Amino acid sequence: MGQLAGPTDPAADAHWEHQHPRKGFFTDTSICIGCKACEVACKEWNQNPQDGDLQLLESSYDNTGALGASTWRHVAFVEQDGERIEEARESGRALVSLGMPRVGPPEARAAAEPGDSTPPDTPEFRWLMSSDVCKHCTHAGCLDVCPTGALFRTEHGTVVVQDDICNGCGTCVAGCPFGVIERRTDGTAAPRTEREGRPGSEPAVPNVGVAQKCTLCYDRMVDDQTPACAQTCPTTSIKYGDHDDMVDQARQRVAEMHAQGRTEARLYGANELDGVGGTGSVFLLLDEPEVYGLPPDPRVPTADLPRMYRRAGLAAAGMLAAAAVAFVGGRS
Amino acid sequence: MANADCIVIQGSNMAECHPVGYQWVTEAKARGAKVIHVDPRFTRTSAVADKHVPIRAGSDIVLLGALINHVLAHNLWFEEYVVAYTNAATLVNDDYRDAEDLDGLFSGFDPESGQYDMSTWAYAEGDGGRVSGPEGDPEHGAESVPEAAGQQLGSGGPPMEHARMQRDETLQDPRTVFQILKRHYARYTPEMVQEVCGIAPEDFAYLARSITENSGRERTTCFAYAVGWTQHSLGAQFIRTASILQLLLGNMGRPGGGIMALRGHASIQGSTDIPTLFNLLPGYLPMPVAGTHDTFEDYLDAIASKKQKGYWAEADAYTVSLLKAWWGDAATADNDWAYDYLPRLTGAHGTFQTLTSMLDDEVEGYFLLGQNPAVGSSNGRMQRMAMSHLKWLVVRDLNLIESATWWKDSPEIASGELRTEDIETEVFFLPAATHVEKAGTFTQTQRLLQWRHQAVAPPGECQSELQFFHELGKRIRQRLAGSTDERDRPLLDLTWDYPTDAHGEPDAEVVLAEINGRHLQGPDAGRPLSSFTEMRADGSTSGGCWIYTGVYADGVNRAAARKPGQEQGPAALEWGWAWPANRRILYNRASADPQGRPWSERKKHVWWDEEQRTWVGDDVPDFPLHLAPGTRPDPDAGGAAALAGDDPFIMQADGKGWLYAPKGMVDGPLPSHYEPQESPVANALYTQQRNPSRVLMARQDNLTAPSAGDPGAGVYPYVFTTYRLTEHHTAGGMSRWLPYLAELQPEMFCEVSPELAEECGLEPYGWATVVSPRAAIEVRVLVTDRMTPLVVRGRTVHQIGLPYHWGVGDDAVVSGDAANDLLGLTLEPNVQIQDSKVGSCHIRPGRRPRGPALLDLVAEYQARAGVTVETGNTRLDGPGGAPGPDPDTDPTTHPTREN
Repeated sequence: MGQLAGPTDPAADAHWEHQHPRKGFFTDTSICIGCKACEVACKEWNQNPQDGDLQLLESSYDNTGALGASTWRHVAFVEQDGERIEEARESGRALVSLGMPRVGPPEARAAAEPGDSTPPDTPEFRWLMSSDVCKHCTHAGCLDVCPTGALFRTEHGTVVVQDDICNGCGTCVAGCPFGVIERRTDGTAAPRTEREGRPGSEPAVPNVGVAQKCTLCYDRMVDDQTPACAQTCPTTSIKYGDHDDMVDQARQRVAEMHAQGRTEARLYGANELDGVGGTGSVFLLLDEPEVYGLPPDPRVPTADLPRMYRRAGLAAAGMLAAAAVAFVGGRS
Repeated sequence: MANADCIVIQGSNMAECHPVGYQWVTEAKARGAKVIHVDPRFTRTSAVADKHVPIRAGSDIVLLGALINHVLAHNLWFEEYVVAYTNAATLVNDDYRDAEDLDGLFSGFDPESGQYDMSTWAYAEGDGGRVSGPEGDPEHGAESVPEAAGQQLGSGGPPMEHARMQRDETLQDPRTVFQILKRHYARYTPEMVQEVCGIAPEDFAYLARSITENSGRERTTCFAYAVGWTQHSLGAQFIRTASILQLLLGNMGRPGGGIMALRGHASIQGSTDIPTLFNLLPGYLPMPVAGTHDTFEDYLDAIASKKQKGYWAEADAYTVSLLKAWWGDAATADNDWAYDYLPRLTGAHGTFQTLTSMLDDEVEGYFLLGQNPAVGSSNGRMQRMAMSHLKWLVVRDLNLIESATWWKDSPEIASGELRTEDIETEVFFLPAATHVEKAGTFTQTQRLLQWRHQAVAPPGECQSELQFFHELGKRIRQRLAGSTDERDRPLLDLTWDYPTDAHGEPDAEVVLAEINGRHLQGPDAGRPLSSFTEMRADGSTSGGCWIYTGVYADGVNRAAARKPGQEQGPAALEWGWAWPANRRILYNRASADPQGRPWSERKKHVWWDEEQRTWVGDDVPDFPLHLAPGTRPDPDAGGAAALAGDDPFIMQADGKGWLYAPKGMVDGPLPSHYEPQESPVANALYTQQRNPSRVLMARQDNLTAPSAGDPGAGVYPYVFTTYRLTEHHTAGGMSRWLPYLAELQPEMFCEVSPELAEECGLEPYGWATVVSPRAAIEVRVLVTDRMTPLVVRGRTVHQIGLPYHWGVGDDAVVSGDAANDLLGLTLEPNVQIQDSKVGSCHIRPGRRPRGPALLDLVAEYQARAGVTVETGNTRLDGPGGAPGPDPDTDPTTHPTREN
């Protein structure tokens, strides 16, 4: 087992002999137009089944709801008034003064805009759109707790489920700090062996009962292809590439926006000192993570393992000591 | 668009409806451009724009007119450009009277027919007369088809007798276009904008500042619109207003400028270039009219005079080449190149005229190809009832759409108006191949032809359109073989020998080659034409669509060119092929100053190279290559030879951009604001409430709600507007059958403001019923701050948003009531488009009644409002027409008219 917390190269940590650069997404929500093409392209490529119940979800234009076993990209829609925008701007500015995210030199061009170097007026209303996806964490809770080895770390540093190995135990579901991974159901409670049709026939819903999540299109990646969502994104809101480049681009974009006065911009997942060692998928958000349904301080359960072992060890040692003392004391 | 410094998206929800094209707006924004969205609703486009300006649906001419006024009043127009390249300096004849003088009418209006005699709009002639068309004044003869005249003129605009116009380049003469323009828009002020559009003065100032600061030598502003501008009873004039503004700011023919007409489906542009329209032939040549264009000579004279400027003067070569492409050896000089094989128009035969003919049992059969009128067309009930009058109906589609199943599951079956056993229409459903199952071209918004390769063969009996029509033609010709009837000659003489593959699919590239055209005689016989300038009127060339000539030059399919953008120049000339002649920006001569130098280094595109004595640049120059900037033509010359070195608008009869249209727009030479057919407010500018030239369809099944001031107006107090969502495609034929798309937007809904929800007692995500004089539909309610109530003329106007993707039927994954059932039919007079972007309605909580009770509900509203067939359907308002707005109920009075 490799390192359990903190900055690391996950592929090296997983003892890959032939290492590739770590791959990841940078989702820039400031240019997302909420078209949901990523959701559709993802389902199309991965042949994931329809999972909506064909009723309005009562959540603005979002009728998907959340990431799940059959939804590996999810676009959130958040309607906000001017007061909330001002708060977001304030909290983003505070993040910068705390030194996080790291802000590079302001872009020269933004300042060259005539009459536009001052922050634009705060609008009275905005509609945030953001495409969420599996974070492919540096320290992945799902992977770390998987008892069968169905979840594995790829040579590109991503985390993928092997459908034919997963036994559907569900430990990973509790292990993910983001609530991303989920077991697929077909709406019935029947045991898996009794669900499928004739032997050899294609089940109506594939991979029922096993854990499912974004593979970062592992099957495309090994052929040097861009994942389906990033490939289809019309505005390049979803970018794909080497993780280091993605983080650099993300930092630059935040700096650029701050230079324009849009201090509500901040990064999510780019801090390798956070509870999951940073994520493979980084995001530029325009408000606090909770607004988008993201945990503000995600923490991989296994990060606590050393401490737990230390405490357990300490407790065991204490008990041994106590026992020893008891014996010693008994003799005296 | 990526080159623009400011982009105004108005009349379009570009990010939602054109997400792929929106990448260029995103790119422009990344380069620092300002993006402003003017729309009744805050949409996904507004969400990524710098600013959203809410506007009352249908009031755009007031806003654009006020911008024109602002630009003129504050001397912000691009003087050198305007004087040299537009008709600002041209004098108009003395008899012209403006809408400002006649309270909303221009001179020449005939209240009986609702049509204008355009002769008083003409440019002035030296002797005090007028410059007319080549046949005197052919526009409005007794036997013409005025309803379709504007479209018939095609891209070249109306013809002119000659091109020797009187000009006053000081622009001081009161008869100059410039002075007329100034007077016409003088009352279109920021105050008027607030009054009529509901836009705050500071928002207007922001918009005015943004576009003027980003126009001129160094910078350019671009406008983008879609059906939010076109689908109004004066839609063509909305676009004209924007054109005037862009000409004044010098934004035409330049990178990052122009007006982008966003096309809503793959190859809708292609379907007007090689048209599915009743009044056009390929390449915007007009369809001949019975009685007016009886001879080939009559026809050619009506298109263009040999003495006018520009390339329309060569229309005879384009027409003869077209006839040679269609009828080959059967088209000879002796039979006028088979001109008489062409059908003749006897009136307007648009889709809505055909609809009423169907209802009158005058149409036996109907083909529906990729169209779902039962859901997607205005006044859905009329559409479905009309289909029930047919003997036969052929539906070719991907899915069993509502237009194929209305006879068993339409709302009229539910209401008892139709009974399946009584319907005699025989419906044939033919499965169609999808876009990945066939090869061919798509022509997109920017006139770019892009070749589409076949990825997989169509499954089962699915066929491409090409195969279907080829086969249909073959079978009809087999039936007619040996016929001696003259009327069968056009079919039997067609060139119809396309090679097919093993599956019977014709080779689409052969069709493309035919469209491109070829030399028929001499040493070059058989060689593809490389440019439309090679076309001849002597039968020595053929070509199916002159503007597409060059797409198959040298036998190479240039639509299939796929060189990545980063490997070539800024205009990316080797990606696809743009008509005409692979030009990416039309009229790009205007990107250089009159002396031929780029207006600025930043905006250089095409310029004159003095050493080489030729036009050069990033793009294909849209100008005679060796015509030097200072050239003055022989005054008696015509055609391309008559162009001066500073006449960039080479398809216009005088080579200039038209601020004022002396001809061609059937509802006025300058855009004026009229209220929509149904409006809760009275026209603040003129007594004339509605566009006097609009095409009326006054019928009992197409009633109009009373407008402001009329009794009963309060029964339908709210404005509704219809639109699309990203997740679905139009009437849903390509999306509601797909689970992945259906689950993203599963149910029909409306969008209302919290204020309206409060006023009407609507619960968020509960049910509501929307009632118009045509129908009542039920919807789920999205209460959202994205909808803003506007204060217009002293009263609050609530607007309701209704996406139109759902329809009533049993076959789709998701279904629901159709918004288009609410719409009435009143048509724009130039292009016969329906006014589907604005209507009047009422909204109430709860689901709609079922069965016949639904009809009772609609009738109860009609009775309460007192609507009759005449309501809203009188031509003239005020004196001489129906009573104008009641001054007592009208909170503002008409401002005093000056001039």
